[in-house]
Amino acid sequence: MADFTVLLPGVLQPLVGGQSYLTASADGAVTVGQLLDSVTGDYPVLARRLRDETGALRRFVNIYVNGEEVRRLNGLDTEVAAGQEVLIVQSVAGG
Amino acid sequence: MGLMATAESYVLAIGTKKGLWLATSPDRKEWSLSGPHFLMSEIPSIGIDTRDGKTRIMVGVRSEHWGPTVAHSDDLGATWTEPEQGAIKFPDGTDAALERIWQIYPDADSRPGVVWAGCEPISVWKSTDGGEHFELNRGLWDHPHRSEWGAGYGGAAAHSIVVDGSGEKVHIAMSTGGVYRSLDGGTSWEPRNKGISAYFMPDPNPEFGQCVHKIAADAAVEGRLYAQNHHGVYRTDDNGENWDSIAEGLPADFGFVMLTHPRREGTAWVIPLKADGERIPPGSKLSVHRTDDAGSTWKELHTGLPDHEYNAVLRDAASVDTAELVGVYFGTRGGSVYASADEGETFTEVASHLPDVLCVRAAIVVGSESGSAAKEPAAASAPVPG
Repeated sequence: MADFTVLLPGVLQPLVGGQSYLTASADGAVTVGQLLDSVTGDYPVLARRLRDETGALRRFVNIYVNGEEVRRLNGLDTEVAAGQEVLIVQSVAGG
Repeated sequence: MGLMATAESYVLAIGTKKGLWLATSPDRKEWSLSGPHFLMSEIPSIGIDTRDGKTRIMVGVRSEHWGPTVAHSDDLGATWTEPEQGAIKFPDGTDAALERIWQIYPDADSRPGVVWAGCEPISVWKSTDGGEHFELNRGLWDHPHRSEWGAGYGGAAAHSIVVDGSGEKVHIAMSTGGVYRSLDGGTSWEPRNKGISAYFMPDPNPEFGQCVHKIAADAAVEGRLYAQNHHGVYRTDDNGENWDSIAEGLPADFGFVMLTHPRREGTAWVIPLKADGERIPPGSKLSVHRTDDAGSTWKELHTGLPDHEYNAVLRDAASVDTAELVGVYFGTRGGSVYASADEGETFTEVASHLPDVLCVRAAIVVGSESGSAAKEPAAASAPVPG
């Protein structure tokens, strides 16, 4: 079993009891979508903040795997290997 | 950050582009403001449910980053609750996602717990548990006209819901699509726009496709409704079978607001804007106009309002309360909010320099020191940062 860690932005941490990251375990590599399913399983409000009810990543939510934004990779199907950092960051946008 | 309600007071909820403010007043002239709640999220819809002797404030919240949700407070904003799974959620198979909650409409006193919502994408929802969970209205969602409905400048949404006393007759308005009516409590829907012009379409008198901005019912006359359209102010006396212009006497027939008296026949308020292409008050003078004879004549109400104003008043940024002498409230896109304790004859400023005002709703609250035991219901789960 490998451990995976998802880092959360400060604004979302109150939804998970103040934790700055969530962890999950899996055998081998997982996709970003599978990882989100796993870490948000106990946090449905967090899940809704990240993805809409079709499962799509919200427009201004960005997920980085080892520094690469997943939209430039394979979206939610991007594979994450054990030890790779997964970081959730909201876009800098608005006025 | 809740309000302290006294024996009987007025609560005014102000939804803006960057959060919610709550104001309370003993006399509708002096106001105390709390907020912002939900800072940096827009609040395009508010429903204040004052049935069953309780007060529940429901808000449609939308974050540009984190999406839309519905939250409610049973203690006048001291705490907020958001159902964990989301109060409004498109079911599997629709391949749709909620974009924005445009309308939250508590039903009649005789149907406690029933709350309707109008949303983007164009959809109508109904809750039977006080707004904690809503069910998609499939009759409208599966309507054969759906592919021909369009988006107004603000998006494609059902923004007005009016339910009659029986609960069987339901009128909704959507931009753009026009007025649709159900005679079976929302099971089936038909367009009802005869007489309403859609000057911007190839056929200016289509069966549907009108850009209606707001509809409201006359509380005292069965079958009578009023509509403020994208150019055009109308009345129907037969549940939408025929609409007639009542714009004569107004300085302009464009605008977004339509309010009606909660009890008295023939009384409605509009806030005209000059034109589609010039969305400012006519002559840059901010005024409310009231009819007391169902649109035959209009009276300009300007006392207490600025002589120079260049901001528009949006469709839900206006409301009335249920006091004997009805209060009228509205806010501008410039962040000014006004209240009248005398049906619009005179206004006082409640707040200024807020973000763009998207929605206001007012209610009479009979409360205790720290919360609400008001004229309104309750319930739910995960706390929401307020």
